Amino acid sequence: MLLSPLHRLGGMTLALASCAALAGPPRSDDAAVAAAMRAAFEAKKQATMDRLEQDETQKLCTHYRDAALPAEVAKKIATANLATVKPPADGKFLGDWKAGEVVAITGTGLQSNDDPTKPNGGNCYACHELAASEMAYGTLGPSLREYGKLRGQDPAVLTYAWEMIYNSNSHAPCSNMPRFGHRGILTETQLKDVMAFLFDPASPVNQPAPKAEP
Amino acid sequence: MQRPGRFQSRVFLAAVLLGLGGAAMGEASVEEEIAEYHAMFGDENPAELWEIRGEELWKSPRGPAKVSLEGCDLGRGPGVIEGVYAQLPRFFEDTGKVQDLETRLVTCMQKLQGLSEAEILAVKFGDGEKKSDLEALSAYIVAASRGHEIQIPMTHPAEQAAYALGEGAFFYRAGPHDFACATCHSEKGKRIRLQTLPQLTTAEGARAAYTRWPAYRVSQGELRTMEWRLQDCLRQQRLPQLRFGSDIAIGLTLYLAKNAEGGSMAAPSIKR
Amino acid sequence: MPDPMRIRAVMMGDVVDVKILMGHVMETGQRKDAEGNLVPAHYIVSVTANCNGKTVMAAEWGPSVSKNPYFSFRFKGGAKGDKLSVTWKDTDGETRTDETTIH
Repeated sequence: MLLSPLHRLGGMTLALASCAALAGPPRSDDAAVAAAMRAAFEAKKQATMDRLEQDETQKLCTHYRDAALPAEVAKKIATANLATVKPPADGKFLGDWKAGEVVAITGTGLQSNDDPTKPNGGNCYACHELAASEMAYGTLGPSLREYGKLRGQDPAVLTYAWEMIYNSNSHAPCSNMPRFGHRGILTETQLKDVMAFLFDPASPVNQPAPKAEP
Repeated sequence: MQRPGRFQSRVFLAAVLLGLGGAAMGEASVEEEIAEYHAMFGDENPAELWEIRGEELWKSPRGPAKVSLEGCDLGRGPGVIEGVYAQLPRFFEDTGKVQDLETRLVTCMQKLQGLSEAEILAVKFGDGEKKSDLEALSAYIVAASRGHEIQIPMTHPAEQAAYALGEGAFFYRAGPHDFACATCHSEKGKRIRLQTLPQLTTAEGARAAYTRWPAYRVSQGELRTMEWRLQDCLRQQRLPQLRFGSDIAIGLTLYLAKNAEGGSMAAPSIKR
Repeated sequence: MPDPMRIRAVMMGDVVDVKILMGHVMETGQRKDAEGNLVPAHYIVSVTANCNGKTVMAAEWGPSVSKNPYFSFRFKGGAKGDKLSVTWKDTDGETRTDETTIH
């Protein structure tokens, strides 16, 4: 059954006015889309069918995709995701920045054609600027250049960064950034190494841009 | 007469450069090399090799029925190939389904030539020696839509439903990374590493992308279609394998084609 | 049956400009397929071009040349209307010859 978007969102007005929005038929029912997705895929190696099943966060973020998240929904998502964050077992946030750099550069892991015995990458450079010396960075996320240098290592700062990397939705409901810790993409050691890549004063992230060649 | 070594080194250079992933090289220099490779061709494009083979497959009597595909109706009447891709996907009365180019070709190969679906789909996407007839036929048919304006009237309820499913799939957050197509393709001016990302939700962005597929993918040395492009995106989204010709594959294609309406087809093109 | 070549030969002053698109897998023998099996080497080892009965270009290729090679060269001694033929041979012993007329 096709429901009009206005009806589904309980009368909340959608921002359809922008010229970016294209007129189309009424949106498909969420359940109908989910059912069609299940029927349209088949398992391939480690990419199993359970990956199509949406958790509560994914369902809500799918549902509200082109409307501003209602305040109470945003709060619900942030609270639920914050609750999933586990601090490092030994209480130390910072690992080895060199290993963290490898995690930031590596884009493979969890795809059907990836070797499941190899560690997953975080692929941070896909979306973020990090070390000034690395020009091949993406722009889907904000620049993290000199991240640690600019913020210091106050416990509140470290905690916030840990929570963002462990579960981005704890502070940014429906963020485009994967929930690296909560979804088991990166191990605790890898998360600590990425933290070090961001915060360690010796890390390339915290070095100034190299001087231009004469 | 010129020394053999010089050709080898020139082609070798192109080969080496094309063999490199874009990751560590500046986007400008990768794009430059591909533009240079493209410029060397003039109007040529290795996709032509697929178009030639596709024309042969279209016109040769094949299968148990020993009939060519020249009676195949791709939406503008039996045998008409001019401009058909610019109006696909669309609803077909005889199958009662919304079909894209590839599934329509499968229908024709089954009905006219008596080939089995298993045989036709044995090689969907070519890999070196393993050649895909569907890719070759697609290249040939798509080339006949060059310059044609994309028109997706979407008057049939089944087409509207397919569009709605495609739109739903485009925004469907799933998998360990919570990726939807929209994660990367709903904002303007973004890129992954140094690869610019078209904004597929607007007419401008959708046209820039959709009018240039199918394409000869230099990094693969193969001609690739929208069915390939979609399943490869979904692989990178950490999702399972998108079924060839599924409702979602066709729905997503229709969603993109509709968004690209008014654009002018310019395929097969060349891509990285 | 090997893919046909697309050959274009055009006069530029007194020089013939030749551009050839060849369909060939150019397998190096080092690549693995989707199942992890080594794909056997299969690549062009020699390319020759003849005009008016004379060899105007001879090249030896190796596995570093990319798939579906695009190849161009120039030579003197050809004229509009002449026939130019190009032949390649590969590691499997396969060969392909195609001809064009110089424009």
